[in-house]
Amino acid sequence: MTNHLLPLFVIIPLASAFVNSLLGKRIKGFSDIISSIATLFLAVISVYSVFLIKDSGMIVYKVGGWAPPIGISMVMDGLTSFMLVTVNVIAFFISIYSINYMEKYTEKWNFYCLFLLMIAGMNGVVISGDMFNLYVFLEIAAISSYALVAFGTEHEGLEASFKYAVMGTVASSFILLGIVFLYSFTSTLNMADMSMEIARKGASCIVLLASVLFLMGFGLKSALVPFHAWLPDAHPSAPAPISAMLSGVLIKSLGIYALIRIFFSVLGAEPKILSIMMVLGVLSMMVGVILAIGQWDLKRLLAYHSISQVGYIILGIGLGTPLGILGGLFHLLNHSVFKSLLFLNSGAVEYAVGTRDLEKMGGLREKMGVTANTSLIASMSIAGIPPFNGFWSKMIIIAACVEAGHFAFAFCAVIGSILTLASFMKVQRYAFFGELKSTLNQIKEAPFFMKLSMIVLAVICVAGGLLLLPDVSKVFLGPARDAVLAGSEYAKDVFAALR
Amino acid sequence: MSVYFLCLVLFCIGLYCILRKRNLIKIIIGIAIIEYAVNLFFVLVGYKMGGRAPILSPGQSIVDMVDPLPQALVLTAIVIGLAVTALIAAIAMRVYEKYGTFDITKIRRLKG
Amino acid sequence: MNTQEPGMTLIVKTITRLTVGLILLFGIYIVSHGHISPGGGFAGGVIIALSFIHIMLAFGKEAAFKRINQKAASFFESLGAIMFLTIAILGMVSGYFFLNFGMKGEPFELFSAGTMPLSNIAIAFKVGSGLFMIVVILVLLKIDKKEEEK
Repeated sequence: MTNHLLPLFVIIPLASAFVNSLLGKRIKGFSDIISSIATLFLAVISVYSVFLIKDSGMIVYKVGGWAPPIGISMVMDGLTSFMLVTVNVIAFFISIYSINYMEKYTEKWNFYCLFLLMIAGMNGVVISGDMFNLYVFLEIAAISSYALVAFGTEHEGLEASFKYAVMGTVASSFILLGIVFLYSFTSTLNMADMSMEIARKGASCIVLLASVLFLMGFGLKSALVPFHAWLPDAHPSAPAPISAMLSGVLIKSLGIYALIRIFFSVLGAEPKILSIMMVLGVLSMMVGVILAIGQWDLKRLLAYHSISQVGYIILGIGLGTPLGILGGLFHLLNHSVFKSLLFLNSGAVEYAVGTRDLEKMGGLREKMGVTANTSLIASMSIAGIPPFNGFWSKMIIIAACVEAGHFAFAFCAVIGSILTLASFMKVQRYAFFGELKSTLNQIKEAPFFMKLSMIVLAVICVAGGLLLLPDVSKVFLGPARDAVLAGSEYAKDVFAALR
Repeated sequence: MSVYFLCLVLFCIGLYCILRKRNLIKIIIGIAIIEYAVNLFFVLVGYKMGGRAPILSPGQSIVDMVDPLPQALVLTAIVIGLAVTALIAAIAMRVYEKYGTFDITKIRRLKG
Repeated sequence: MNTQEPGMTLIVKTITRLTVGLILLFGIYIVSHGHISPGGGFAGGVIIALSFIHIMLAFGKEAAFKRINQKAASFFESLGAIMFLTIAILGMVSGYFFLNFGMKGEPFELFSAGTMPLSNIAIAFKVGSGLFMIVVILVLLKIDKKEEEK
């Protein structure tokens, strides 16, 4: 019966989204309650799935009772449960944050409906074991995110949403084209079957062409540097909970997870592709942070930092060594925690002050204690100050670079970290420390649910380093790393789990 | 083989349309062209010369039919394309409402 | 041109009156025979939506809203999605998510194929009302715009 856990990750958000759109308008407060309950339940079962994986190894679910090469399958291994925890836990905190934050928008149920559809799409991408099914879920998540960016129907939101939608659609076309090429080469769409078929037929230029298309498509989705232009527009223009969702988990589950799954599990980790990934990672690390320093718009600055931190993750994973992959995955988790916390902080500041311009803020620490302290923790975490979680993952990535002999990349990572620290010192200096401006005397601290989710995320930031303890890491990060390292063993595991 | 290259040409026309045109509506048309190019290519991958439609009817045996899977998948891809096009068209109309123009060079609130 | 009444000319209206019922019936036929012949929930739903859009184009938006208003269309859209999901979950109760349970029947018979016809009907609800809503929203936005200009 535990097998039935897998489709629940798609069923629950889909069902609650449509129930929301059916009843949310008629019953006041209904959409708040149902989406909080749904995301809480998702978070709980995602954490439960981690222990399930530890006990039973890989789980494969046959949708409709059709066995894999023919039917669609859902596959859960270490990497999947790791990503599910990341997506659903963050989604729960963002959902309770939006109870208060979304008050100022009309049609809140529409927001929750799109939000839950986005979660359904992301969970589907993560849990799917079928190539085309991955594409369909990716489009569900992407389309609802285009609509959510434009949710405020302000000038900036609409413009950014148009840009984002055009870029995203081109990216999806590249991904679909890559899937078509792989289908024409292997005559199958199941990932495990495809992986076996590619291993049997050997390398071919069609596979290389498909990998280039995937690199472009998922690179656009995860905003690696040559393809990053949409991110600094789209993420700041959305409402704050959606910015947190987009920066925190969407670019990771749609971009990085899919990259890892396709390049490691399906195509087999090729050194050429991995070195391209490393170079792209270092490039986005440096370009993102350099562009971030000059920003005065708080959310835009955070968006540029997302590009830079995604660079760290891709660098760690591109190294291909166990230590590097561990660091990359751990940084993925940490980044989704502290970046969503920072966006929620910026939302709280915007809620209270009404502007995002750093020059118009100052001394907010006196009035908004919780926001200031949680944002201080998140800033130190993203900059890599020792006791916080960001430090540990960055340290592992740098150590892995040194271990693999890439001293230049390690140096770039250190420089990037220092520049990150500099730009967050600027944020803290202008926004929270210093003199309280006379115009800001009337501001109030954010409401209860906003404070609650910020505090809990801050606690995760502080305690995140504990995940590296050997006992904990054996349960959570270890299986995820092993799933990535397994490479083309993935196919054999899937067919073994069926029997 | 040449039909595949024609698909590629169609794809490139769509990309050119997106990258080079300044009118929002023309960009949307470019997106539609790209989607059609990919869909057409997908159907052609499953096609074989002289094959018949993969429909089973009473009293007929299945001989020499084209691959049905790409056709089913292309239907799904067309539906997704419909959703994207409708959403982008709605956004473009709202942009026109706010900015009063379809010219992308004049829609420039976001920079930096 | 008749300026008092909304909509198009007399010819268009007469032809619409004659054909719209046939279009609707053809859509229902495609939906109900989706599991034994080409077509199915999506294609049939599109045709059903087209019959309402046809009325809207010929007689103006009020005539179409008299038959199905926006609230009802939005309700049917969610209902279709929930119906489809319910069928899938019922399959889960008897074994697997999306399992095709129930009487399979004979090939090429109308009442066969287990849950397939029901799923087709659910999809037809979803697609038909969804497509109608898309057209209505895109058209109404434009109408609002013109009224503002006046």
